[in-house]
Amino acid sequence: MADVAAPMPAAVEDRHAEAIAAHRRRRRLGPMFWIPAAWLVVLILAAAAAPWLGLAPPDEIDWMAIQAPPGVENHILGTDVLGRDILSRVLHGARVSLTVGFAAPAIGVGIGLALGLAAGYFRGWVDEVVGILIDAWLAIPGLAVLLLFSAVFGGSLSMVCLSLGLLFIPAAARITRAQTLSYANREFVLAARAMGASDARILLREVLPNIVWPLMAFVMIDIPIAIVVEGALSFLGLSVKAPTPSWGGMIAEGREHIEDSSWISLIPTAVMFVTVLSFNLAGDVIRRRFADTREAAL
Amino acid sequence: MNALTETRAHRPATEGFLEIRGLTVEHPLRGGRKVHAVTDLDLSIAKGETLGLVGESGCGKSSAARAILQLPRPTRGSVRLDGEELTALSGGALRRARRRFQMIFQDPIASLNPRRTVAEIVSAPLEIAGEGDARARRETVEEMLELVGLDPRHAMDRRPHEFSGGQCQRISIARALVLRPDLLVCDEPVSALDVSIQAQILNLLADLKARFGLTMLFISHDLAVVKNVSDRVAVMHLGRLCEEAGAEALYSDPAHPYTRVLLSAAPRPDPDAIPKPLPMAEGEPPSPIDPPSGCRFRTRCPRAQALCAAEVPPVVPRGAGHGVACHFPLD
Ligand code: SF4
Repeated sequence: MADVAAPMPAAVEDRHAEAIAAHRRRRRLGPMFWIPAAWLVVLILAAAAAPWLGLAPPDEIDWMAIQAPPGVENHILGTDVLGRDILSRVLHGARVSLTVGFAAPAIGVGIGLALGLAAGYFRGWVDEVVGILIDAWLAIPGLAVLLLFSAVFGGSLSMVCLSLGLLFIPAAARITRAQTLSYANREFVLAARAMGASDARILLREVLPNIVWPLMAFVMIDIPIAIVVEGALSFLGLSVKAPTPSWGGMIAEGREHIEDSSWISLIPTAVMFVTVLSFNLAGDVIRRRFADTREAAL
Repeated sequence: MNALTETRAHRPATEGFLEIRGLTVEHPLRGGRKVHAVTDLDLSIAKGETLGLVGESGCGKSSAARAILQLPRPTRGSVRLDGEELTALSGGALRRARRRFQMIFQDPIASLNPRRTVAEIVSAPLEIAGEGDARARRETVEEMLELVGLDPRHAMDRRPHEFSGGQCQRISIARALVLRPDLLVCDEPVSALDVSIQAQILNLLADLKARFGLTMLFISHDLAVVKNVSDRVAVMHLGRLCEEAGAEALYSDPAHPYTRVLLSAAPRPDPDAIPKPLPMAEGEPPSPIDPPSGCRFRTRCPRAQALCAAEVPPVVPRGAGHGVACHFPLD
């Protein structure tokens, strides 16, 4: 280990070149990332642009094509029992699923992050209060709360996001607290305090940058969970109200015709399956890479 | 005021730049017991002077350093820097006062945030102190990096893990000195480094000390390192001061049995020159949770007598600026 700084001797240059090459190698994410990522990007763009794609509106009834199978004129993926275009409904339903998929973890992780940071950094009574809050929260049966919330406030997308988001708080708070604890006593935090940094600055500038990535890995797991749970809720009719299409709702509407018009249920099921699988696959790759870079940094 | 004060008569009557009086650090444990990390420590450092603080690991020297920097505040005692009582400051006043005293840590890599660039790390103290705008700060950081022997063009936008331990310690020094503090506390700044690099870092510290007129408290378990950098040396054992003297005097004329033990344990270039090693009872130092009564060295001291268990030895003057806390000092 040469400690000569400027200019760097050749040996050190070499070492750097090697490290950079190794870094690049790790950078390559491979098809297990890019294929799912491509699906997700296409889905997100199509869902965002759904009203402007020239499709029939999701609630427009085509009397000429009731329960039309996929491939008929004007209806690439066919129509449902009311003659509504399935492709249009899948894309509009994707708006609901994706909104919940991103918003619910964001709410849960946002609140959990604040609680976990405070508990892990200040310790003492703050830690105890947060611990009691989380334990109490976990003691409430989550599914029952979800069903209750949905039954009482059901029909509004923001309420679905909020009630689902609340379920992610305890785990996010615990992960954040554990990570914060492990960083709060590091020497660089002590060094920041020795410089006269305020608690807020230490939390935001010293601790937070170190726990963002483990939390992102956690968010990557939560997104597909939120999509699946929203699907289940809308299947039960407890998510957004009827005319607004949602994947779970579409599956439910088609279940009585599964024998003669199976596509009505199968298409939204397949889209949801592929979407959830894509989030999981891409998330795995990101998590593994994150673990690699962490090892390399240590 | 204890006896050591008299020995300081040779110095100007004004108090030292850093005056530590009765510094005590205790960590409470369950069941009403406590760890006596530092007990009644008196130290004084004149402006521009370097005081070396030595002792085995666990002797309380790092606790003392942190208590001096109010990280956290000591259990008892007074710490005055340039006449200002640091233990009386709190909140924002203490944070603002911190720019005058900075610290360098033992583990150069752990003391740098792995997720921030060198430029961010070194400019953080400037940001906190509200110095200059972003451009002025960047220039100051570049100058500082050059002063510690790093190439700013190469270093600024890299993260700590891209540097060796010695380079990280240079970054750490740049960060500590970027606000031009008056007092620099170095807690084992080279003991985590390769021997070949230790000398480079020590030379750098000596250069910067001269350049900025720093007052330094230099903590180490390694007497050889301390001797080279210090004007005066204080020896600590189990939370108490044993002996304090000019660097030369301490090494040539150790009066405390513990100092002699430390010296005979230190490697020397000329093995024949070792004074007869003083036999020390085997074993670990006693626990700071339940330190021995009287002299805390008595359980291992070859000269211990009944008086040593009964009374805490006061610090007694022995010569100019030389004080020793022992009932039966060596000749
Ligand atoms: S006071 Fe007694 S026990 Fe302590 S160092 Fe001196 S001789 Fe040894």
